[in-house]
Amino acid sequence: MDSTTATASTAPAKSLRRREFNGLPLIAPSVGVLLLWMIVPLVMTLWFSFLRYNLLDPTVSGFAGLDNYRYLVADANFWVSILNTLLLIGSVLVVTVVGGVLLAVLFDQDFPGRNIARLFAVAPFFVMPTVAALIWKNLILHPIYGIFGSFAVLLGVEPIDFFGQYPLLSVILIVSWEWTPFAFLILLTAIQSLDREQLEAARMDGAGAFAQFFYIVLPHLSRAISVVVMIETIFLLTIFAEIFVTTAGGPGNATTNLAFLIYARALLQFDVGGASAGGVVAIILANIVAAFLVRSIARRLEI
Amino acid sequence: MAVLGWGVAFLLFFPILWMFLVSFKTESEAILPGLFFTPTTQSYAQVLDRADYLNFALNSVVISVGGTVLALAFAIPAAYVMSFHPGKRTRGTLLWMLSTKMLPPVGVLVPIYLIFRQLNLLDSRTGMIIIYALMNLPIIVWMLFTFFKEVPKEILEAGRMDGAGTADEVRHILLPLTLPGIASTGLLSLILCWNEAFWSLNLTTSTAAPLTAFIASFSSPQGLFFAKLSAASTMAVAPILIFGWLSQKQLVQGLTFGAVK
Repeated sequence: MDSTTATASTAPAKSLRRREFNGLPLIAPSVGVLLLWMIVPLVMTLWFSFLRYNLLDPTVSGFAGLDNYRYLVADANFWVSILNTLLLIGSVLVVTVVGGVLLAVLFDQDFPGRNIARLFAVAPFFVMPTVAALIWKNLILHPIYGIFGSFAVLLGVEPIDFFGQYPLLSVILIVSWEWTPFAFLILLTAIQSLDREQLEAARMDGAGAFAQFFYIVLPHLSRAISVVVMIETIFLLTIFAEIFVTTAGGPGNATTNLAFLIYARALLQFDVGGASAGGVVAIILANIVAAFLVRSIARRLEI
Repeated sequence: MAVLGWGVAFLLFFPILWMFLVSFKTESEAILPGLFFTPTTQSYAQVLDRADYLNFALNSVVISVGGTVLALAFAIPAAYVMSFHPGKRTRGTLLWMLSTKMLPPVGVLVPIYLIFRQLNLLDSRTGMIIIYALMNLPIIVWMLFTFFKEVPKEILEAGRMDGAGTADEVRHILLPLTLPGIASTGLLSLILCWNEAFWSLNLTTSTAAPLTAFIASFSSPQGLFFAKLSAASTMAVAPILIFGWLSQKQLVQGLTFGAVK
């Protein structure tokens, strides 16, 4: 009996195996182009970072050893750019995660027209960075012509010249506006998978709204929050367009982040060696975050 | 609760609403906060009259659609293999693909710029299509993988028993079944391409420059006209905002690589 079923089941399995599927030709193109896209520029950046190389000045040439890195570390602008990058990432993360959690809790409640209101709330995420930045800079924050300026006049106070006095804060404001809907959307998805009976039970036991939030909702969201933090960090590390069209890194170096510093070195000063050294630093920073993110995603991956 | 919800939504949406309103003002009204004005479409007419506007818009369409289609062409076969014929290395390959998305563009700006200059791809649509396809390929493979995995294997196996080859299997069974998933994957890719503003600002100047770069040209002080900026911005944002609204759910999946459900 056992042996007959065994042969019966192995026969079709064998015939399937004979036509063993060879997926390599189908998967190789994707893997190949991604491998090229990753390895070639990576190796070039690394290589250039050890060269004396200026696009405009052919007399600057030869192996530089660690000089590019030495100049970079000795340059006060580099440390300012690192500080600005961290301030930008840190502030935007705090604003978007706190804002996103509050919005998610709010839109988890039922109220008339909730779905329509949600569409309006997520809209900023779909606005292209150059539009977001210029609209905020000119129509909203402009001290004379912007809405905020008009309000200040109405209230009889001195209008604030946002980009003049608080340039980095202004950039943080714009970027936070763009990314809050992202955090909101993801956290709303996460909050909706919360077990309602658990909340109900807590309420029966006399837990107030705050207790429910801090002991049930927030722990439930912790995983989603960590994913939001990691994904945003990777994107925020190289915020560029918003700075490019509003402040061009200035005034002075007040809004120069690492991405803008590298851009300026490479395409304004044509210093390939120096820019590449900065690029290597950016890649290392991104990889630290990416390692955590990939591990977190791998845990959820089922093949 | 409704007041709070709508209030917050209004605040977040306000800059977009204001941009929309200002786009119907005249330039002299645009710098005043007035809410009452006679709407005019003259700014739209002036933006559209610029000989190059249509070129920018066309570039946006061509490179976004081109990049998306190219990436889908590479991704569909790969995602098919990974979801229906997974092997020992499938898991590792997927995670590795994901990790390529985490390479910061600014870290490879210099070599990409130099390679493009060498190959005459700077400021060319072809170059931008290639960049956008590569930029989104990992996300597209991931999303397709999750959609394909939901198709019961038995359906494809039944087709195979009937003698369908792999190509038939994909074309006649898998693609029709997963069309909604493929469409929303494409939609997400279109949104990401349309709004991309790092490569477009650095690798294009005029010939292949999309709308992101066109809008950036309004940042110079001499080119600053509020009504025209608003009109141009409204036209640049409107189509993608509608796409975005249509694909919110998939967006969460795609951007978190299935880590949040």
